[in-house]
Amino acid sequence: MKNILVIARKELGTYLGSPMAYIVTAVFLALTGTFFTTYLAGVGYGDTSIRGFVNAARFLVLLFAAVLTMRLVSEEKKVGTWELLLTVPVRDVEIVVGKFLGALAMLTGMLMLTLYYPIMLMSFGDPDIGPMATSYLGLFLLGGACLAAGVFASSVTANQIVSAVVAGGILFGLWFLGVLGGLAPGAIGDVLALFSLSTYFADFERGIVDTRGVVYYVTFALLFLYLSVRSIEVGRWR
Amino acid sequence: MIRIENLTKYYGERRAVDDISFSVEQGEIVGFLGPNGAGKSTTMRIITGFLMPTRGDAWVGDHNMATESLQGRRHIGYLPEVVPLYTDMTTRAYLEYVARLRGVERRAVRGRVDDVVQQCALEEYYDVLLAKLSKGFRQRVGLAQSIIHDPEVLILDEPTIGIDPIQVSQTRQLIRDLGKNRTILLSSHILPEVSMVCERVIIIHQGRIVAEDSIDRLSTMVSGAERLRLRVDGPADDVAAALEAVPGVAGVTFSEPNHLVEFAADEHPHGEITAAIMARGWTLTGMETVTMSLEEIFLQLTTKDDDDDDDDDDSYGDELDDDELGDAGDEDETAGEGAEQGAER
Repeated sequence: MKNILVIARKELGTYLGSPMAYIVTAVFLALTGTFFTTYLAGVGYGDTSIRGFVNAARFLVLLFAAVLTMRLVSEEKKVGTWELLLTVPVRDVEIVVGKFLGALAMLTGMLMLTLYYPIMLMSFGDPDIGPMATSYLGLFLLGGACLAAGVFASSVTANQIVSAVVAGGILFGLWFLGVLGGLAPGAIGDVLALFSLSTYFADFERGIVDTRGVVYYVTFALLFLYLSVRSIEVGRWR
Repeated sequence: MIRIENLTKYYGERRAVDDISFSVEQGEIVGFLGPNGAGKSTTMRIITGFLMPTRGDAWVGDHNMATESLQGRRHIGYLPEVVPLYTDMTTRAYLEYVARLRGVERRAVRGRVDDVVQQCALEEYYDVLLAKLSKGFRQRVGLAQSIIHDPEVLILDEPTIGIDPIQVSQTRQLIRDLGKNRTILLSSHILPEVSMVCERVIIIHQGRIVAEDSIDRLSTMVSGAERLRLRVDGPADDVAAALEAVPGVAGVTFSEPNHLVEFAADEHPHGEITAAIMARGWTLTGMETVTMSLEEIFLQLTTKDDDDDDDDDDSYGDELDDDELGDAGDEDETAGEGAEQGAER
């Protein structure tokens, strides 16, 4: 546990110490802010919801998770610090979880900065708090799942670009599995939708916390964290 | 303290380490010598738990590094060949991070960092970003992180590679100091370095151990011949001719201003040589036994090995090329006796 926190704190420090994190955050805020505003303008300010923001953020989270995590392992492999990390008395799983938590803290920080959208709505109108709260919960869970996949992608390569592309491929592929499921007939379509990242998000947007959704995203994250640990282990045998 | 038993490592089809066994006793400084690609780094990576062996075992203390890696790693300080630095951190932040990772208690971290910074003479660079440090200082930060938890065993992979001569001699002194109460396995392809720092040498070539002994014993074992370096006040050609005529002398070479006389190890023609010179009225101003330098031992062993088994190993061997020896030659100025002899050949 101690080791996890040491690594998580270091990773968060690395994010905050580099210009990349600020650029990523700025772009994230600019894009989500734009969608937040255009949605409200589109309905003639007749609605007080963050739907515009959430609709954009659920995609952006996929993209930004891939970008945030791409350096986590790949960079260490490239510059050689990986050899240090794997020879200190720290378990592989502690490395993986530590790095994941560092990235999760970063993403959570980015989401917290967007809280001024609902705060703004609350000060000028009377929005329904429920859907807003569950939307944030949904984004947090989705974000965690995406970061875990990103950690895995980073653990299989020493190339950050490859890592980002692999993560993006996994995440967008699994997101649009739901759309594909809608096209496929009957049972096949249902099964595809069952595994899609997008299927369970709709409930969170509507203000519903479905246990299946929570279980899905948490399981998704745990699965990819487990695969990351295995990938590190395999690396020792190569 | 370190025990390697029948260790073999394949990278896919390529055999990097081939059934090697050796041990390093507590308190020893052992040199691990071989050309690039010989299997030094691979062996060290297995000892430190970074890689798993294909076959065989590596023990550190009582811990098998395949099954009790975590416990074993606590006793090891490791400096990989590529110094593992987070270049966006300062020396202080980096050493504190590694100290925590290596299990130093939070309250003790500050003190340990101060200690190793002082030991490695890094005080001036405490709050400098690692990216801004010169190669030599990066190497020292690398050494500092490897001893931050005061380990019993130190594994140093090419600790002086790529740093300038003055820093090389300082680094060697530092390693010697560290070795006073630690077990050290140090790899190098710079031959004089090993002969100066280490008590014992293990020579590895194409994944196999070709020799393992103290440097003195290796020297006589390999050569079977002894040499004398003479300085004679007389016409060089005549002196050479006279020396060659002495019974037992196998060969004479002249390199200004010395004559190098070679003879079988069991012959002792010193008296006859002295007599021959005095009989002609010349003056003998110097006489010295030349031990074989590590370069020569190394070359003999590795080329001998090539002859023995050129049947199946062609696929993976890295030949020792001239650049390697050139590197070794460049070290001569700081390298003391062993290298001087190498240079004068």
